[in-house]
Amino acid sequence: MSLRKTNSVKHIDCDILIVGGGFAGCGAAYEAGYWGRGLKIVIAEKANIERSGAVAHGLSAINCYMGMRWGENTPEDFVRYARGDLMGLVREDLLFDVARHVDATVHMFEEWGLPMMYNKETGRYQREGKWQIMIHGESYKPIIAEAAQKSVDEVYNRVMITHLLTDAHNSRRIAGAIGLDVRDGTFYVFRAKAVIVGAAGASHIYRPRSIGEGAGRTWYPPWNNGSAYALLMQAGAEMIQMENRIVVTRFKDGYGPVGAWFLMLKSVATNAYGEEYEKAHLDSLRSYVGAKYADAKPMPTCLRNHLMLEEIKAGKGPIYIHTERSLDTREKEELGWEDFLDMTVGQAVMWASQNIDPKEDPSELTMSEPYVMGSHAVCAGAWVSGPEDFAPADYNWGYNRMTTVEGLFGAGDTVGGSAHKFSSGSFTEGRLAAKAAVRYIRDHQDYKPELNTNAVERIREDVYRPLENYNVGRHVIVKGSVSPFFITPKQGLQRLEKIMDEYCGGVSSYYSTNEKLLDRGLLLLQMLKEDARKIGAEDLHQLQRTWELNHRIWVAEAVMRHTLFRKETRWPGYYYRADYPHVDDQKWHVFVSSRYDPATDQWEMNSKPVHHIVP
Amino acid sequence: MPTFVYMTMCDGCGKCVEMCPSDIMHIDPVNRRAFNIEPDMCWECYTCVKYCPEHAIDVRGYADFAPLGHGVTVLREAEKGAVSWKIKYRDGRIKEFTFPIRTTKWGTIPSPRTLPPPPNDAISTPLLSHEPDYLKVDSLPTLKTAKQG
Ligand SMILES: Cc1cc2nc3c(=O)[nH]c(=O)nc-3n(C[C@H](O)[C@H](O)[C@H](O)COP(=O)(O)OP(=O)(O)OC[C@H]3O[C@@H](n4cnc5c(N)ncnc54)[C@H](O)[C@@H]3O)c2cc1C
Ligand code: SF4
Ligand code: SF4
Repeated sequence: MSLRKTNSVKHIDCDILIVGGGFAGCGAAYEAGYWGRGLKIVIAEKANIERSGAVAHGLSAINCYMGMRWGENTPEDFVRYARGDLMGLVREDLLFDVARHVDATVHMFEEWGLPMMYNKETGRYQREGKWQIMIHGESYKPIIAEAAQKSVDEVYNRVMITHLLTDAHNSRRIAGAIGLDVRDGTFYVFRAKAVIVGAAGASHIYRPRSIGEGAGRTWYPPWNNGSAYALLMQAGAEMIQMENRIVVTRFKDGYGPVGAWFLMLKSVATNAYGEEYEKAHLDSLRSYVGAKYADAKPMPTCLRNHLMLEEIKAGKGPIYIHTERSLDTREKEELGWEDFLDMTVGQAVMWASQNIDPKEDPSELTMSEPYVMGSHAVCAGAWVSGPEDFAPADYNWGYNRMTTVEGLFGAGDTVGGSAHKFSSGSFTEGRLAAKAAVRYIRDHQDYKPELNTNAVERIREDVYRPLENYNVGRHVIVKGSVSPFFITPKQGLQRLEKIMDEYCGGVSSYYSTNEKLLDRGLLLLQMLKEDARKIGAEDLHQLQRTWELNHRIWVAEAVMRHTLFRKETRWPGYYYRADYPHVDDQKWHVFVSSRYDPATDQWEMNSKPVHHIVP
Repeated sequence: MPTFVYMTMCDGCGKCVEMCPSDIMHIDPVNRRAFNIEPDMCWECYTCVKYCPEHAIDVRGYADFAPLGHGVTVLREAEKGAVSWKIKYRDGRIKEFTFPIRTTKWGTIPSPRTLPPPPNDAISTPLLSHEPDYLKVDSLPTLKTAKQG
């Protein structure tokens, strides 16, 4: 049954390879097309670019827009906001850079045909909150994908990048990537002068709350598997803030986002007895994290989670969001429904199935399992060079958004320390990275990337090994999935999720962990890493799942190592180090960084200073 | 299983296979029709439902938490620039909504490669394409008080 086609190899030579055609990748494509006249630019996308990534569904809001033309916000305001939300630890240079450009991106989207909502009274975009604007966004992704497709020479859909390749003569310089065509099994060898990675963060690192069919309805899409991080780490790029995972408060089970309901429709949340529980825990929060953080306006996302968790632990659930008090006109009812039909249809399905009419009934809220990403209220990702005109000296090594591997750029979820970018900011960051990549190529006209053919051959064997494992192993047993010789990708995934949930602060331990648990977790993860070489894949779909799992395991290891290194609880409500339960600004007002060295197979952990450049 | 396909309506065209971001809509070699091969990796994103030319795909909410008897159906009319929804509750109540999806014709976004090329030295400024015009403020903001580290 095997669809093995290991003979089929395609070599693609290009100037710029964009890995992942999501929001960051599409932004990179557009800007590379503009600046890189005459350059060959290609995108490798593991799904279909028209509907891929976190915005496949659509979205109902653009969550990062300054409104500078109306004097609504300045980039400085934005930096202060994101810094407050992340308890002080952000790359202010990167945030300011996204903020100063993001309005132009949004104006371009509108011109392309994205339907914006306008406020009839002010004549401005309809605000959902201070930073968010409302859109009719069902076709948000197809619209920006149209622009991206027109900007490049080729889009390779259904080609999953499994490895990055460094130069044969310089292991600290990028030279290309390996891709697997998940439809016909072709092995792609890309040779490129510069690579921009926009391959997104990860769901299913932690065991989800629904473990049957509903495992697919995680808040963060099941198909984003952390390639952004795994690819970079294996190429030796330095990462930061990998411990900074996100837990989101959402409508229970359907995972409908709460932004429009809290910010615009002004819905309130209460415990089962109708009490507004946040107020009840404020004093204890102040003594726990200090007034500086507890009284920050707005309250950091993680701390709001913490208050809800306290209430749940006190046995006062379910927690309800009172949509029924907000939807008093047909206009508001339509707005509420469109919010979900445009971006989380599963929530509408859930309401219909449980006979919940948001106009009449409240809905339950819950806290999700943790996800690893870098563009939301969270900022895991690569350590990158900042904007030349104002980045502090130690944050700048020449090319904006270049990682510590020469010629390797990142944007969107890929980039660490630069939170709250969302869709518009990720696209903007892709644009910044692409312009810098074109400049890098121009500055290095003579550079001809050269691949190490032995390394490519080794990777080729690795990539297809799971098909071989299955073919050999299945003859020993009658039928079924129980074999002493291989595990299926699903079995491997379930083991990973169990380890992370139980040892690294998942939902079953109320997000708590400690040094002993992490040590033990790392040991079990090491054995999973070894077993991952024995995964058996029955077909190309399972081969794709195997590589997604391999990437997830890398991400998980980084999360564990970072969590172990940071000896404090910086973000209560995202996770707790029970052995160091407090925020420790004296010792830990720093970024935690890591670098995996492919040459020695060793991890090096460090910290980096946080510079506050915006008063 | 989150999405499922009606046997008599699917003609095996493969559009859903082409579009599904999760790579879980596949053609069954025996029936030559599509089905969801991995329902617990379905996000209920409705992409396949919207793109199926035969309207053969439907969704039954996740068995973990969605009682039977509901229906959420969609008609996406790309050329008309609209998407319409019909929500049927377990108890029979119905709600209907229509929303716009695009204000311009499909295919009309200009390629940046056809725009006048930027001057050579523009590559070393912090300005992106269309800036400063598209910012709709006089100039690109910068930070003056950078504390060098
Ligand atoms: C449920 C949800 C709701 C959100 N709501 C909003 C909102 O209302 N407003 C807002 O502005 N933002 C919102 N966001 C945030 C926004 O979606 C993200 O910030 C943005 O999509 C990040 O861009 P990205 O390019 O980094 O990742 P993505 O857009 O997810 O793109 C990643 C791309 O890489 C591809 N890929 C992954 N791995 C590989 C590989 N190995 N090889 C090749 N290709 C690969 C993927 O298929 C995908 O196309 C929301 C996010 C989620 C999850
Ligand atoms: S798109 Fe519709 S008709 Fe075509 S294969 Fe899929 S289910 Fe069948
Ligand atoms: S709803 Fe989305 S994830 Fe589910 S099968 Fe259809 S396209 Fe795939």
